[in-house]
Amino acid sequence: MTLGSIRHEIRIHRPAAIVWDLAGDAARLHEWFPGITSCQVDGTTRVIVLGSGIPMPEEILVVDNTQLRFQYRITAGVFVFHRGTIDVIDLGDDTCLVVYSTEADPRAMALTIGGGTAGALDELKRQMESSQYEGAR
Amino acid sequence: MGRKILFVTTDQQRYDALGCNGGIVARTPVIDGLAAKGHRYERAQPQSVVCMPSRSTIITGQHPSTHGVWMNGVALPADAPSVASVLHDNGYRTALIGKPHFEPFLDPFARFAENRFARDGLVGLHRGFEHFEAATHGAIGPLHYARWMAQHHPEAVSMFYPVLDMSLEVNAAGGGETGAPQVHDNAIPREWYHTDWVADRTISWLDSLDADDDWFCWMSFPDPHHPWDPPASEVGRVDWREVPLPAGYVADAGRREAILDSKPRHWRAWYDGSLVSNYEAPLAWVPATLTADQVREVNARNAVECELIDEALGRVIAAVQRRGWNDDVDVIFTTDHGELQGDFGLLFKGPYHVDGLMRIPLVWKPASSAGVTPSTVTRPVGLVNLAPTFCQIAGVDVPEWMEGAPLPSDDADAAARGFERVLTEWDSDLFGVDVHLRTITRDQWVCTTYQTGHSHDGTEGELYDLRDDPLQQVNRWDDPSLSALRSDLLVDLFDHQPAMHMPWRRVEAPV
Repeated sequence: MTLGSIRHEIRIHRPAAIVWDLAGDAARLHEWFPGITSCQVDGTTRVIVLGSGIPMPEEILVVDNTQLRFQYRITAGVFVFHRGTIDVIDLGDDTCLVVYSTEADPRAMALTIGGGTAGALDELKRQMESSQYEGAR
Repeated sequence: MGRKILFVTTDQQRYDALGCNGGIVARTPVIDGLAAKGHRYERAQPQSVVCMPSRSTIITGQHPSTHGVWMNGVALPADAPSVASVLHDNGYRTALIGKPHFEPFLDPFARFAENRFARDGLVGLHRGFEHFEAATHGAIGPLHYARWMAQHHPEAVSMFYPVLDMSLEVNAAGGGETGAPQVHDNAIPREWYHTDWVADRTISWLDSLDADDDWFCWMSFPDPHHPWDPPASEVGRVDWREVPLPAGYVADAGRREAILDSKPRHWRAWYDGSLVSNYEAPLAWVPATLTADQVREVNARNAVECELIDEALGRVIAAVQRRGWNDDVDVIFTTDHGELQGDFGLLFKGPYHVDGLMRIPLVWKPASSAGVTPSTVTRPVGLVNLAPTFCQIAGVDVPEWMEGAPLPSDDADAAARGFERVLTEWDSDLFGVDVHLRTITRDQWVCTTYQTGHSHDGTEGELYDLRDDPLQQVNRWDDPSLSALRSDLLVDLFDHQPAMHMPWRRVEAPV
C-alpha cells in the first residue's frame, strides 16, 4: 500500500457557523471547489463531475453539525483507499480555521486531489470574505 | 522584417547524445550541421534538472527560486512573465508546439489551462503563444496530440508504454530484450508518433504565416525522455548489442558502490532501493538491479529517438527554406535537462547534480543575415540566458525581470560580459522526504551544497574537478587541500543565488 496523506488549511474571517453552512453542505461542493462542475446527492451517495468530464462516485461518511466535520470517501475503482475530511474550527473571534485533509492510496492521488482542495480553500475564503457575507452571523 | 526564431527543445537529453558533442551512438547530422555553422556551447547547464522548473526558467528567463516553480507539480502562474508575450507584444507571431509542462499533467479537475485547450477546441492564446498545440510522452490525456490520436488512430493509443502503473507511480515495468525499465516495443507507425506529429504541426503553422511575418516558434519534442518506446519500425537502426557502455557506467559493482558511498547518502539509498526521493523515477525499480545489457538497450532506444528528432528537425528546416526564410531564421536547439542513462549504475533523474543531468546540448545557429563567425563556447551558460537571447535576436529590450544576459557568441564575448558561473538548484518535498541542493559550476569546478532535509544535516556536499575527474567519481568536498576553494565557491554561489520566492508555491500534483 502507498498511502498519501495531505493537509491544507486556511483561516477565514467569518464565523464558523456561517462557513459551515456552505462547506458542510454536501450538495454545494461544486460552488466552491474549482474543477468540480456538478454535484448530485442521493442519501449517502454523492456523484461529482470533474472538469475533465470524469464522474466520481462518493460515499458520505460523516456530517457532524456539532463538531463541524464532514467526511467522505471516493468509491471509484482507481482508489484502493480514500478519505476526505473537512473540519471547520471556531477560533472564537468570529473567525475560523478550515482544514481539508486527504488520505489516498494510490498516494499520487492524494497529491493531485490535495492540490484541488487547496484551491478550493482559497475559493471558499474568497467567497466567504466577500461583501455577500459581510456582517453575517 | 526582422529575424525569425525557431527554438527547438527536446526533453531529458544528454550533452553527449549529439554527434557534434562527441556522441557516437545516434546520428544527428542536422543538428551537427547547425553547430558547424553557428555556436556550440560546451558547458550549458539547466537551472533545474527536472521539467517544470527548467521549462519555467526557459520561458521566464528567471532562476527557479525567482519564478517559484521549485519542483515538478508546482504550477507556473498563468500570468507569470513570458518571453513569448514580450515577442508577441512586439509584433511577432508566436507558437508553442509539443511539450509545454508549465502546469501539472495529472489534473483530473482540469484546473490548468494547458489541459483545457484541446478539450475546448482551442489553440491559444496562452502565455504569449497565439498558437498552442500540446503533446507529451504518449497518447493518453487531455493534450492535443492525445485528442488527435483518439480521433484519427484510436487503435494505436494503447501501443505506447504506459507511463504510470496501476498505482499511478512512474512505471517500473521492463521490456525489450533485456527487461530494462521503461523500454517497450511500440507498434505505432512512425508517422503517427509524437516526434513526427510535432514536426508536422510546426510545418502546418509555419505554412499558415505570411511571408513577411516575424515569428517565434518553440518546437518542443517530448523525446528522448523515457519511456524508451520509439516506433518498432525504427528500432533496428541501432543494435543494442553493439552499443558501447557509457564512460560513466562503472561495470565493477564494488567500485561503483564505493563511488556512490563517497557521495551524500541519498545516492546510495536510491541505488539500494531504500529511498526514492522524487516522482521522476519508478518507485518500484531498484537501480542496483540494472544490468550492463539493460544500459546498452536503453541507450540504443534513446539513440533511435534522438535520430528521429534530428530527422524531424530536418523536415522543418526544409519547410523554412521552401518559404524563402532561410537567411533570416535563427535556430536554437537545446533540452530542459539531462538523463543519467547508466552513469553510476543509475537511470532517469533526481537530486543528483552531475554532468549526466546538468550538462546539456545547446546549439545556436544565427540567421545567415547576421553574418556571425562559427564558434565553440567553453564558458558556462544556462537556460536562463535563452529568453534574453530571443529578445536580442528580435531587437527588443531585455526586460528587467529576466535574470540572464543574452548568450555569448564566443569565449572572448563571454569573458568580456562576465560569463563565469552557472547555478543549478533542486528542491523537492514528496510525502515528507525533502531534498535541497544548491550548485555552482565555475572554472573547472562543480560544487554542490546540501541544505537540511530528510537525509541530510546541512553539512554534506559534493566537489568535483571537471578537468581531472570529468566523470565526477571523486568527491573532494572533504579534501582539506581544497577547503579554501570550497569556501570561495560557496560564497560565490550564495552571492549570486536568488532568494526563494515567498511564500513557497504550492505543490498541485506529483507531476
